[in-house]
Amino acid sequence: MSAPTVARPTEDELQAQFDATIAADHRIEPRDWMPEAYRKGLVRQIAQHAHSEIIGMQPEGDWLLAAPSLRRKAVLLAKVQDEAGHGMYLYSAAETLGADRADLTDKLIEGRQKYSSIFNYPTLTYADCGVIGWLVDGAAICNQVPLCRSSYGPYARAMIRVCKEESFHQRQGYELLMTMMRGTAEQRAMVQDAVDRWWWPSLMMFGPPDDDSPNSAQSMAWGVKRHSNDELRQRYVDMSVPQAEALGVTLPDPELALDEATGRYRFGAIDWAEFKQVISGNGPCNEERITRRRAARDDNAWVTEAATAYADKHAS
Amino acid sequence: MSETTAAETTAEGGHGAVPTGPEIPSGAEPTRATARRDWPLYECFVRGKRGLNHVHVGSLHAPDDEMAVHAARDLFTRRNEGVSIWVVRASDITASSPDEKDPMFAPAGDKVYRHPTFYEIPENVPHI
Ligand SMILES: [Fe+2]
Ligand SMILES: [Fe+2]
Repeated sequence: MSAPTVARPTEDELQAQFDATIAADHRIEPRDWMPEAYRKGLVRQIAQHAHSEIIGMQPEGDWLLAAPSLRRKAVLLAKVQDEAGHGMYLYSAAETLGADRADLTDKLIEGRQKYSSIFNYPTLTYADCGVIGWLVDGAAICNQVPLCRSSYGPYARAMIRVCKEESFHQRQGYELLMTMMRGTAEQRAMVQDAVDRWWWPSLMMFGPPDDDSPNSAQSMAWGVKRHSNDELRQRYVDMSVPQAEALGVTLPDPELALDEATGRYRFGAIDWAEFKQVISGNGPCNEERITRRRAARDDNAWVTEAATAYADKHAS
Repeated sequence: MSETTAAETTAEGGHGAVPTGPEIPSGAEPTRATARRDWPLYECFVRGKRGLNHVHVGSLHAPDDEMAVHAARDLFTRRNEGVSIWVVRASDITASSPDEKDPMFAPAGDKVYRHPTFYEIPENVPHI
């Protein structure tokens, strides 16, 4: 007599099980079967998210040595360190899908994977650090909060950790700006100038309009994404306008107006040509960002090599 | 489709819009020989406070156990999130199959009597 055999599930059965998990709004976990397109799409999304966190350290990092006080320096250092952590959480999530962390970094440096267009703009004054915290991290929060319910478990859990830390990022930025707004006319002008430069790029962070976003539908059907680009952008504008008013700055959009009927803000047309330029490598700082990332990898290679040699020597 | 066009970008990562089109094709794979590639993967567990179990919080790469603990401290407990950290090489973990319908968990399914709710107790009996 032979041992009872367990029938291997067919591809269709596996697909049905996956679909049922998604339909029930349960999470997909690393060792579950998943469609190849789901896995690939997630690796790409998570890797690019991770790259954005890592590259995102640079614009504010430029001001670490020029922070105006020890307090501001400690705060900025903690904020930038958090972004490194966000990158690590995300690479770790990508690895649960079979990606290799060093390989992803190589792809970023070789220009084969992208990062958020926002980090290709320069930080010209210290007010930019405040505006990044307020607007850029604010937009990040709008994007990331729904991702805490992403259908892929490790991604959702990474987002929960990230979101817990983002609130500090936004508040430290806003507080910095409030302090400057209470200062001299020159300081207030610096804040307004920074807002003028960052407002439009921050709106672009939500991606192209829904009718020009071909992958969104599949992403939403799989529960990877929970809201459309335009929906999140509108939410962000509605949140930001009263914050700008409280701060005493003007958002650089003459068409910005409250729609009494809906209670939401109408805003002007976004310059998608600029977005396309920046995302395809022609932004003000694209080259600088990648050059520095490459240097970080290559110039510090001796540290990782030394640590490996030490570990090898002590492994018994 | 052979190249990433701006039309294939969408808001993804928290930090914003990134392309979702196919990766830009490129010639040779990078050939850099780094030690870091070979650093083992560690799974990390943090005890949030006294009285709680260690809970899995994520993973990282480190050259050895000691460095893994240091890295886990910096990565997962920057805000007093824990009082104790465990790290273990991912390759040393033996896991069951992930599916709850797996035969491994099946025997528990029909043993409802292991749960307190299996037993009906009159409402006028307190503290039970
Ligand atoms: Fe972040
Ligand atoms: Fe942040």
